[in-house]
Amino acid sequence: MIDKRVASLADAVAGIEDGATVLVGGFGASGVPVELVHALLDQGTTDLTVVTNNAGSGETDVAALLRERRVRRIVCSYPRSAGSVWFEERWRAGEVELELVPQGTLSERMRAAAAGLGGFFTPTGADSRLAEGKEVRVIGGRRHVFEEPLRGDVALVKAARADRWGNLVYRTAARNFGPTMAAAAELTVVQVDEFVELGELDPEVVVTPGIFVDRVVRVGAA
Amino acid sequence: MSPGVRLEMRDVARRVARDVPDGAYVNLGIGLPTLVADCVGHDKEVVYHSENGILGMGPAPAPGEEDPELINAGKQPVTLVPGGAFFHHTDAFLMMRGGHIDVTVLGAFQVSETGDLANWATLDATHPPAVGGAMDLAVGAKRVLVLTTHTTRAGEPKLVPRCSYPLTAAGVVDRVYTDLAVLDVTPAGFCVREMVAGLTREDLQGATAAQLSFADDLGVLAP
Repeated sequence: MIDKRVASLADAVAGIEDGATVLVGGFGASGVPVELVHALLDQGTTDLTVVTNNAGSGETDVAALLRERRVRRIVCSYPRSAGSVWFEERWRAGEVELELVPQGTLSERMRAAAAGLGGFFTPTGADSRLAEGKEVRVIGGRRHVFEEPLRGDVALVKAARADRWGNLVYRTAARNFGPTMAAAAELTVVQVDEFVELGELDPEVVVTPGIFVDRVVRVGAA
Repeated sequence: MSPGVRLEMRDVARRVARDVPDGAYVNLGIGLPTLVADCVGHDKEVVYHSENGILGMGPAPAPGEEDPELINAGKQPVTLVPGGAFFHHTDAFLMMRGGHIDVTVLGAFQVSETGDLANWATLDATHPPAVGGAMDLAVGAKRVLVLTTHTTRAGEPKLVPRCSYPLTAAGVVDRVYTDLAVLDVTPAGFCVREMVAGLTREDLQGATAAQLSFADDLGVLAP
């Protein structure tokens, strides 16, 4: 029998090791797996490489990981936002390394990892300083830069509902990086608002099939 | 140049909106370009795309109706219009990078006479860099329109022979709309299509670092 549901947030993040590369879903405050990130914080895991679109805001989620000096490196498209004080503090002090990646390239690099590809050429960034040190090739008369796949040891994802096989549906724009990250990590851990019985999710609208999901935990109101 | 000839940027946004065709799939950059959505006439059906996985993005919700997860690229609450759809990030950027977006309107620090765009980073290295979806949109949209003031607050020209700011993308800009003029990027450089009333060609050239040419049917830029 397949049952990917786990009883607690602590169980959900158990075994995630120091030094891991962790893909963290979300765009701004939308779709961020806040409770899973805090469970990782509570567990004491450190020396992380965090892959995420924004570098957190205020005192929660990725900002809290940065505040507690758990992050060695961040791979990110837009680390600067209202309230991204902990990222800026650690970055200015040279305590966190930043790899800046155009947003579509960030997403596509994870998709490439998920699809077993060795990377891809894209015109995005090819004429910018973000292409420095990378192979550039002219394809169809246009300069393209080579980008490598980006795989996670772990993905932390927020969805709306899951069944025990780990099939997922999301809510509005909270979907954002979730489906791609879920497919791009060795261990995919998902927090949901609600568990449903197997067969309850309309198979025509399942967004992330359970094959990409390892653990599911329910958070919030029962 | 006499004071008061410059248009308000809201009026320039209205001019941009006239060039957005009925039926277009449109992505508006953060900041000034978002003004364009308010100016597109109700006679047109335009579908707005947001990089975080929305087609059919609607206006801001009424106070109290905000959904914290339904936001635009600037992280502000938005709505979904009937017919709208959600999809994941990789598909959202596939639309942007793969030439599926008909029109994008972007802001700029500088545009060069060959259509190079600099709009993501200044020369100030004391702030951490951030790029977001700027490069993806600039290379991928079918038509790239720039909405910007003609000069910086300090009076420096933004239309230049060659960008001194870090490039977002090379050779991508099709048309620039400023508070003084509408200019096409052509193989021969910037060609002025319209300029505001009360401005001479010499005035406009004086506010522009790149060499200008003027269209035979030069029009008046009016809101």
